[in-house]
Order: sequence, then structure tokens, then C-alpha cells
Amino acid sequence: MPLPFEKPIEDLETKIEEMRAYASEQSIDLADEIGLLQQRLERLKRDTFDNLTRWQRVQVARAAGRPTALDYLQGAFDAFTELHGDRTLGDDPAIVAGLARLGERSVVVIGQQKGRDTKENIHRNFGMSHPSGYRKAMRMFDLADKFGLPVVTLIDTPGAYPGIAAEEQGQAWVIAESIRRMSRLTVPAVTVVIGEGGSGGALAVGVANRVLILENAIYSVISPESCAAILWRDAAEAEKAAEALKLTAYDLLELGVVDRVVDEPVGGAHKSREETIRRVREAVLEEIAGLSSMGADALQEQRRRRFRDLGRFRDAA
Amino acid sequence: MALERWFRRNRPTRKEDDNAPAGLWLKCEACNAQIYRKDLVANAYVCPECEHHYRMPVEARVELLADAGTFEPWSGGIRAEDPLGFVDTQAYPERLEKNQQKHGRPDAIVTGGALLDGEPIGLIVMDFFFLGGSMGSVVGEEIARAAERAAAEDRALVAVTASGGARMQEGALSLMQMAKTTVALEELSRRRLPYLSVLTDPTTGGVTASFATLGDVIVSEPGALISFAGPRVIQQTIKQELPEGFQRSEFLLEKGMLDDVVSRKALKEHLALILRLLRAGRRERDPGPEVTRAAAV
Repeated sequence: MPLPFEKPIEDLETKIEEMRAYASEQSIDLADEIGLLQQRLERLKRDTFDNLTRWQRVQVARAAGRPTALDYLQGAFDAFTELHGDRTLGDDPAIVAGLARLGERSVVVIGQQKGRDTKENIHRNFGMSHPSGYRKAMRMFDLADKFGLPVVTLIDTPGAYPGIAAEEQGQAWVIAESIRRMSRLTVPAVTVVIGEGGSGGALAVGVANRVLILENAIYSVISPESCAAILWRDAAEAEKAAEALKLTAYDLLELGVVDRVVDEPVGGAHKSREETIRRVREAVLEEIAGLSSMGADALQEQRRRRFRDLGRFRDAA
Repeated sequence: MALERWFRRNRPTRKEDDNAPAGLWLKCEACNAQIYRKDLVANAYVCPECEHHYRMPVEARVELLADAGTFEPWSGGIRAEDPLGFVDTQAYPERLEKNQQKHGRPDAIVTGGALLDGEPIGLIVMDFFFLGGSMGSVVGEEIARAAERAAAEDRALVAVTASGGARMQEGALSLMQMAKTTVALEELSRRRLPYLSVLTDPTTGGVTASFATLGDVIVSEPGALISFAGPRVIQQTIKQELPEGFQRSEFLLEKGMLDDVVSRKALKEHLALILRLLRAGRRERDPGPEVTRAAAV
């Protein structure tokens, strides 16, 4: 299913396909015509994706076929070895974690995992963690600290799960604790927002030295739908809320919430999965290399300052 | 004339308006008893009949916890910006200004230094009546500064929370205040100064999921709603009835999330005792001139 604004692109792609098929069927040379259409297609893609509204970016960030955390863990890293369980309550499938190689280094990786189809989505609870998931993440922070391994986290969640058991098991408490534990890491930490950065449930694993975001990913204090339901009293006003919340990669770069935007291939990550995964790998390699000369104290201090200084206010006149 | 003055004196202020229905008498929202408003105020906004704890104005909270005449304000030096140019049914700057005028403070928080039963503390009190006590850049910064100043002045920190969570109108910057307030607590921790958190009705969302639940000791008042996700959101998600008392302080105490539920009238004494007990431990472990002034238990 194409996204609504992808329809003209898909139509043109179909037309090119048909023309190719026709040319080979009839053994006629339509290379020039096809070439022209191809150019038009590239222009159309570029125009469309350069001018996405914020709401359209929200749709791209959530698009089916967009690489999920596991796609990166298996594609951008080597020897990914999953480690399960929080040692208290169970194993939360909405957060995957483990050890991996990245270039010359071993790293600890933590990813928020949405499903790649309906069945997996149900298993992964649509990427919405319970407290157990954050406890698993905290266990990974400890492991990374103990063995001096850099931490890479991949954010992709609508938010921490709002349910009865989650509240009873202290959802708020574990998110707060996870923020604190991650801020105290003595090793380099790099976060990449790969899809949806949903509020506190995302930030819990986002307190890194460097916070990167894919071009069409979003990061927000609240989902546009929930924001619309509260402020406009109508979830259908999500488009307006998305505009107001300034939740796109470039908005966040301007606000200082993220440090770097990783460009997606034209047409979005869901259309060029391999290339997107390769770009994320390159970016994370560079960032870890950049942090590798810093000692434990400097890493902690830089991370604390980074978050301590976020916010906009003025002195009273 | 005398009569008019009498009426004026008893007319509730705007701030009290927010807390409970206006008028000389009110019907308790919990037990339906007719209560004389002055009795409610004199009883620290606790119903004299049924002990129902009403939401309390910030000034009354400060008066409840700080020793008389010791509170010295730290907050108020900064003002919110409108970093997103946020407009919903109203522009954010207009919303802010209305709240500032109505409540007589720049944002949803008051901080200051005080003595609590002789114990030097930094005190943070959130104002739920001001934009739902929401945490934007100013609230986050005031909390961070109060925590850092308390640490620098060798004071414990007491935070009384009341908040609907992060302030939507400042977008992701509000979200980042969760991390900011958390890292600002580090110096207190390093110096082994106690941080006591008092969760009052209601404490939800990003405030619960950051500094509010990071206290060395966490207490709450009876019947307070404390949550990450609000009850309505959960109900919409799971489409089931919520258990009786769900997300109320007594329920969370049972689940192991709180150290205690303490009635408002006993709160100051309770906090003072904990502060003394913790300070005594610190003194034994790390005797130094700056801690010996703390009173022995």
C-alpha cells in the first residue's frame, strides 16, 4: 500500500514498467521514451520528498517496509548476538538487545522493535515496551559499563505501553531509572532515531553522547493523534498537531534535541532499505570513532551537559 | 460597612477558587458533608469530616512544610519562550500570559530555600493550577537549578510534585526536561544529600517518569493519582474496566512503588524524621564540618 502522496510516483513507476514490457513484447526500442519518463520519475520523487509536510513525514516514519531495529542489528552490525531477559519478570520482545561487532569494535546494542508484519507486530506489542523491556536495557547499560563497550541504541516506538500491568510494575519508575542509568554510562553512547521516537518511552534509551535521527523519522513529546485529542478535542486533527509539534528531523536539529540528521535515499527508507542501513552504519561508525578518544569522566560530563542545557527560556526583564 | 468587610475577608481568593468551589460553605467532593471553607483551609485543605485531601495551593504547601519565616524564594528569574510558535485553539504565549495573570507567578513552579523543622532544604513545589503543572523549559530549568543550588549549599532537596506531565506546547524540548531534571540530581547524589520526593494529586506522565520517582525516599498523600499513562488513555487502549483504586497512592504502595502514604497533617514531621535519620548516617560515614550542624535524631 503506497502512502497517499506516493500514489503519483507509483503510477509513474507502473507506467514505466508497462512501457518496458510492451517494448520487449513488441521488440521495439522505447529507450528514449523510457529514459525521459525515468527522469520525470526521479524529479517527481525528489519534489515530493523534499516537500513533505510534517504529517507526511509522520506517515513515512511509520511506513510498512521501513527497516526495523532488527534489520539494522542484522544488517548494519556484524555478529549480532541477542541477549534476552530482565532477570526479574521476563523478556520483553518490544526491546531487543545484545552484543555485536561494528568495524573493529565490540558494542552493546539496544533496539526498540516493531513488527514487520501483523503477526510480529502483535508479538512485539507494536514496539511498545513494558517495564521489563527497560529493565533489560538497564542490564545492558551495566554490561557495557563493566566491559567498556560503546552503547548503540535504536529508537522506534509509539511510546511505552499504557496498560494495567505496565503501570503496576512501575512504568514511570523504570523510565526514570533508565534515563538516569544511561546518563551515567562511562562508555560512548550513540542513539539513532530510526522511525518513531515516542515520548518518555523513547527517551528512556535516548540519553546518549550523540543523538542521530534519520531524515524521515520523528521524535515527539506526544503523538500527533493524542495531542490533537487533548488540545483540539479531536484525534482527527492530528495533521494540525503534527505541524504544531515540530517533530521532524530538521525541526529537532534546529531545537538542539538531535545532533545530526542521516539522509535517507530519495523516496524514503522503506523504498531503499539496504542503502539506508548502510548509511546508518557509516554514521554510527563515525560517531563512535569521534567519541573514542574521550575518557569516562569526559563522556559522562559531555552527556550530562548536553541534556542539562536543553530548553529555551529567557531571563526576566 | 462592617458587614461588607466581613464578606470581603471571607471571600476566597482567585487561587483558592481553583482548588475548591467558591463560597463560604462547600460540599465535600468525597463525603458530601457541608464544610465551612475556613475550616477546610485551616485544616490544610483536608476535609475535617472524611480526611479527603484536596489539591493545595502552592503558598499553602510552602507554609505547611517550611518553618515560619524561613522560606527564601529561588525561582522566578526566568520566563518561557515559544520555541515552536505553538498555536492550538489559542496561541501558547496567550495561554501563558493568562495563567501568569491568574496565578501571579511566571510558571507552574516555585522553588526556594527553607528550614524544615530546622533541617536546611531546597524546596520545589509544582503548581497544578498553572497549565496543569506541565513541565516545559522553565519548570525543568527551575527544578535543575534548585537541585544544583541545594547541593552547593549542602541542603537536602524536597520536591512536591503535581503535574499532568510534559508541556505539549514546547514539544520535544519539554520531553528533554525529563533528562535535564534527572541529570541535575547527580550532584546531590554525589554529596550524599537526601532527595525526598512527595507525589501529590495528580502526578502523571513525564514528571512521574523522571525526577519525581528518583527520590531516595518517595512518599505520597492519601488518594493521590500517580501514573505514567492517565487512566483514560489506558482505558482507551485496553478497552477494559480499570481495577478499583488503580493508580491511587494506596494501590501503588501495595505494588511496592512508594515508601509510604502519609497524611498531610503528618507530612512535615515524617519528612523531618527521614531527613534526620539519613543525615545521621551520612555524618557517621563522612564526618565533616559542613554536616555536623545537622541536628541529631
